[in-house]
Amino acid sequence: MSYLDDVAALARKDLLLELRAKETLPSMLLFVVAALAIFHFALPRGTGQDAAIGLLWVSLVFTALLGLTRAFVAEREQGMFDALILAPCDRSAIWLGKSIAVFVFLVCAEIVALPAFGAFFSAVDGRTVAAVALADVGICTVGTLFGAMAVAGRARELLLPLLFLPMAIPIVVGGVGGYLWFLALYDAIFVLLAWASFEYVVAEV
Amino acid sequence: MKLPALAAVSTGLLALAGSLAFFYAPTDTDQGLSQRIFYFHVPLALTSYACFAWGAWKALRYLRARDERADIESYVAIHQGVIFGSLTLLTGSIWARVSWGHWWAWGDDQLVLFLVLFLFYCAYFMLRYSLDAGPARANMCAVYALFGVVLIPVSFLAIRLSRSLIHPTVFTSHGPQMSGAQFFTFCVCLAAMLVLFATLYAVELAGKRLDASLRELRELLA
Amino acid sequence: MSPSEKYTAAAYLVVLVAVLLYVVVIASKLQRLEREVAQLVELAKERTANG
Repeated sequence: MSYLDDVAALARKDLLLELRAKETLPSMLLFVVAALAIFHFALPRGTGQDAAIGLLWVSLVFTALLGLTRAFVAEREQGMFDALILAPCDRSAIWLGKSIAVFVFLVCAEIVALPAFGAFFSAVDGRTVAAVALADVGICTVGTLFGAMAVAGRARELLLPLLFLPMAIPIVVGGVGGYLWFLALYDAIFVLLAWASFEYVVAEV
Repeated sequence: MKLPALAAVSTGLLALAGSLAFFYAPTDTDQGLSQRIFYFHVPLALTSYACFAWGAWKALRYLRARDERADIESYVAIHQGVIFGSLTLLTGSIWARVSWGHWWAWGDDQLVLFLVLFLFYCAYFMLRYSLDAGPARANMCAVYALFGVVLIPVSFLAIRLSRSLIHPTVFTSHGPQMSGAQFFTFCVCLAAMLVLFATLYAVELAGKRLDASLRELRELLA
Repeated sequence: MSPSEKYTAAAYLVVLVAVLLYVVVIASKLQRLEREVAQLVELAKERTANG
């Protein structure tokens, strides 16, 4: 299973880098808590559970976006992209490894965000946790693919939210409504598509 | 088909569609005259879906065959799709104003999701203009176009999930809920819009080809 | 005209205006192409005069 070994090595590399630099995760944690605090003041007093759950999803999507814009920064600054592409592994392993690293960051941020949401607004039930977990898969895989696209352009970080937010709208619809099967379907479709198409995105001809 | 013939057919069909919509189709008992917006609004929407699908098909062709022409064709089709899409949003907004009293109906998921697609494909242009021309750009645009065409049914599903009752569901599983005359008019309008798309698509492609041959000529002469 | 008639007319007008705008875009493109072709003709004439 050398493919999985490659993926694990690439993901471990990103996690180790993060452990040394401690850049992405602290900013994601601070961002999500700050966003929840802002939403507390943005909402009128006595707003119901329905509005609050929407805010949770908004802050999660934007937190993920924060992590995704950082995802390929190291590759870009160190010129490592070309080296990664030349590495003797399947190109989709680069995508999967990066997605897993981003997924880990996002889950860490949510481990803080969900209890914080529970404390600030109202407790989250198991269904919401499951929906968040399913949504994370879609967000990280699609976001990593689009992150690799955005980083190749002149606009760089500016481009990723434009590319990604329209894709995130079905996730928010499914998440707010608690449609777990819809989120699972979204994941299945777009993970396959991203997995199949990543090699074209990094193909430097 | 030759371009002038195509243009003539689309002119004829559009004229026929317009006159059918105003003089032949019966006035709707529920909504009155404003229901006639339907005959242009819905074909515009369906045509823009067709444009996006055609663009994705060409994108797939590009990824398969690495044909530079397919990249340009995909770009032109999506460009047309965005034009038809913005017309859909405009006519839909006017229809919303006349039948529900607001320019924009957030409760109407179909209109909102059209906005989503519109945003998605506007980002396509941002992506395209942010990259330098070449195979890498063509690859990324093709992948993005493929994501778009998959996003359409997913969005459609999301519509059905949080469906509101405000949008008239004309096409149900029991077939079109229209009288024969209305349906005939609708079909002519749809055909007219599709041929209009084909014409504009051909015009744009001819322009791009002309650009390319002029560039070649300039290089030969220089 | 009733408001309903006005809005219906407006909706059809929007489509018409869009098509006319397209004519404007094509016209400007045509003008640019004309200019380019004129330049190329000049170039070709110079070539034949010199060669």
